[in-house]
Amino acid sequence: MAILNALRLIGNRTVGAVWRIGFATRFFVMTLLYSGASFRRFHLTIREMFSSGVMSLIIILVAGLFVGIVLGMQGYETLKRYGSESALGSLVALSLVRELGPVLAALLFASRAGSAMTAEIGLMKATEQISAMEMMAVNPIARVVAPRFWAGVISMPLLAAMFSAMGVIGGYEVGVVLIGVDEGSFWSQMQAAVDFRHDILNGVIKSVVFGLAVTAIALFEGYDAPPTAEGVSGATTRTVVESSLAILLLDVILTAFMFQGN
Amino acid sequence: MQRTTLDLWVGTFVVAGLAALAMLAMKVGNLGTYNVSESYELHAYFTNVGGLKPQASIKSAGVLVGRVTDIRLDSQHEYQARVTFSLDKRYQFPKDTVPKIMTSGLLGEQYIGLEPGEDEVMLANGDEMRKSQSAMVLEDLIGRFMYSKASSAAD
Repeated sequence: MAILNALRLIGNRTVGAVWRIGFATRFFVMTLLYSGASFRRFHLTIREMFSSGVMSLIIILVAGLFVGIVLGMQGYETLKRYGSESALGSLVALSLVRELGPVLAALLFASRAGSAMTAEIGLMKATEQISAMEMMAVNPIARVVAPRFWAGVISMPLLAAMFSAMGVIGGYEVGVVLIGVDEGSFWSQMQAAVDFRHDILNGVIKSVVFGLAVTAIALFEGYDAPPTAEGVSGATTRTVVESSLAILLLDVILTAFMFQGN
Repeated sequence: MQRTTLDLWVGTFVVAGLAALAMLAMKVGNLGTYNVSESYELHAYFTNVGGLKPQASIKSAGVLVGRVTDIRLDSQHEYQARVTFSLDKRYQFPKDTVPKIMTSGLLGEQYIGLEPGEDEVMLANGDEMRKSQSAMVLEDLIGRFMYSKASSAAD
């Protein structure tokens, strides 16, 4: 009997998971299909860009500066052993533009803006605002979900670029101003090492993909949350966990494609 | 539809983001050093290119004059490496210019140094540089050194 119960449980879980994946896919396709309104009535998207993009500015800028400062100090410590302190600029810029900028900005975005999106939509559902919209023949996907989705996708690369730029400034402040690495070689080595297409554009592509993943997960978790206080809190937690893992997994895949060999 | 303070904030955000991207491209990246002027292509054969990679810089007297665009093995040409260069049109070189593969610093990356010759005729688009000097391979150098040591000890 115990075996039968265990089998039943496994089957139930599997069917539940597949069901959820199917619903998530349909939700994503619907979001893309009903995206027209978020561009025709762009002020809807603008408002969401304010709450997800502009409000994340402070944390992104401060975090970027700190990461750049730490990179400058740690990089200097290591490069000093090989007598190549002048490569500090290229070390700081390459690690920020290729990896740390897109990934850390996306992780911060997931916990700062993604969780808020989930909680907001989950609560809208719990207080039956979504059902009310459907009663008034307003499509909640077009009115609530799609503008948030596009706001996230547009904001993410801008935030990542600002993160990287702040990081480079932080690295410059520590490396050149405080420690005294030669300013000319700092910038020239950086410019020699960082390629626009290979490094910067690939970083932008990464951050667009991360923005897509984070907002899609956050919106789906919110829309799928059980309409209770517990359900919304669980959905918020799942958003942060799932989108962080998705960012890191996608980063592995994208890095493998972008930076193979040379 | 009216302008709101929200628009101002979002506008500032977008402008700041694009400015950061522009700073990354121009100040951090090499977009500022890309020359938009016209270029012409040359090629040369090397017996060994060492660690030379596409996009490596081509310098003459230390001045950047172009980039390596392509490296491939040419089985029709004694299995030598065919390296294609893209040079800035402002810089013209004589027919007997010799490209040499050099290394910046002890462990730095490899680049091509052009040593201009004295020919009256200039190289044109699609021309081949007849002479070339391949990369120094450390193993070969050590081997040659040991060989000369051994032969001098035998005397």
